[in-house]
Amino acid sequence: MSKRTDSNLYTMLFAIGMVLVVGTILAFLASSLKPTIDENKRIEKQQNILYAMGVNENDESSAIFVSKENVASEFSKYITKQLVIQGGKVTEDQKAYLIDIKKEQTAAKEGKERRLPLFVGEKDGKTFYIAPIRGKGLWDAVWGYVGMDANMVVQGAYFDHKGETAGLGANIKLRFFMDDFIGEHLKKDGSFKGITISKSNNDPKNIDKIDNEVDAIAGATITGDGVSAMIKTELRKYVTYFNTLKTN
Amino acid sequence: MGLLSKKDAALITDPFADNNPITIQVLGICSALAITAELKASIVMAISVLFVLGVGNVVISLMRNIIPSKIRIVVQLIVVATLVIIVDLVLKAFQYELSKTLGAFIGLIITNCIIMGRFEAFALANGPWRSFLDGIGNAVGYGVILILVGFFRELLGSGTLLGFKVLGDPIEKTGVYAFGYENNGFMLLAPMALIVVGIIIWIQRSRNEALIEEN
Repeated sequence: MSKRTDSNLYTMLFAIGMVLVVGTILAFLASSLKPTIDENKRIEKQQNILYAMGVNENDESSAIFVSKENVASEFSKYITKQLVIQGGKVTEDQKAYLIDIKKEQTAAKEGKERRLPLFVGEKDGKTFYIAPIRGKGLWDAVWGYVGMDANMVVQGAYFDHKGETAGLGANIKLRFFMDDFIGEHLKKDGSFKGITISKSNNDPKNIDKIDNEVDAIAGATITGDGVSAMIKTELRKYVTYFNTLKTN
Repeated sequence: MGLLSKKDAALITDPFADNNPITIQVLGICSALAITAELKASIVMAISVLFVLGVGNVVISLMRNIIPSKIRIVVQLIVVATLVIIVDLVLKAFQYELSKTLGAFIGLIITNCIIMGRFEAFALANGPWRSFLDGIGNAVGYGVILILVGFFRELLGSGTLLGFKVLGDPIEKTGVYAFGYENNGFMLLAPMALIVVGIIIWIQRSRNEALIEEN
């Protein structure tokens, strides 16, 4: 009972045909949607940066960005300078927010000097320094934007992830976690220490702001460790720049 | 029923109860463990699978006479993967926020054994309309269990439903927390999903003796 579809030739031809059809459909779709997708990503970056300096439309419990329509004007209103730090050199670059941190990290591994973007924002007479960070969670990448003052005290933080477990690690992008960082010191006695996501912090209301610790999320140990590590290694790179700022 | 014959209607209703993909066929357990820590994720996953299984079953059914049997599993995989990627790209372009919520599920949908199981067991041998009904029926049966498990895990584990603090605030000690109630963190971990699924299977079997095997 051999059927026409059992022959090797038919199987080969079918496989080739299917790959061509599927490949064409997906390639066409991907390239025609790319501009829209890139625009969405650009808007998201601006929203994230603004969020970290407290420019957002948060209600009582959820994190809400400035709207898509307003984000471009808000961004140019609040972000006064976009800096790129490379080695000891600090340059201004209006497109610094488009720097791909992932690519920079890979380039750094190959021995290139990393470009570190830093966004300077002004709001209500206060100056904010916002740095993008990126690291590894449990399943995939985690990243974020940390807004600081000149003393490296956190003023706002936004975290996001690619594929952390829903209900556990994915909660790093919820207010109850991100808000804990506000006011937390990154330095201890003048030198950089970072902020550890701690399971033994015993400070659920996060009253102690100078302990360099915030409460961990139950069931999300590895994601939390990833966030701690990302804050430590990435923000440390900015310390030299912050030391040049005049602080009172 | 006017629209559906009795046999067709059974395609929808059977997987809902007596032939439920999770509790009876024990398929799709991996995603039932992975994403049911909160209700919202369960609902999103249920809807995604409904779409992919409904459309995928029709596509496979339409292709059933031309698919070479030697590579049918590969063909099925390609169909699921293509569907999922198309949905992902379209959402990224037009519903960016939603696509970010779904991001984690994309891989899970492709590897969901219910989808491959239904392609292999049903769509390859039946016409498109019946395959569509079978897909919808199984996806709903899967979704119901997922949502049920998600409901209990989020309620007992985090004290919230869809993110709303229905039991009060555990830190401020309001609502039931004022009486000394504590969230059960264990509910958030994967083993509890298995135990909750087990309890559902137990209840279902004890109510329906037809399901109990003779030894």
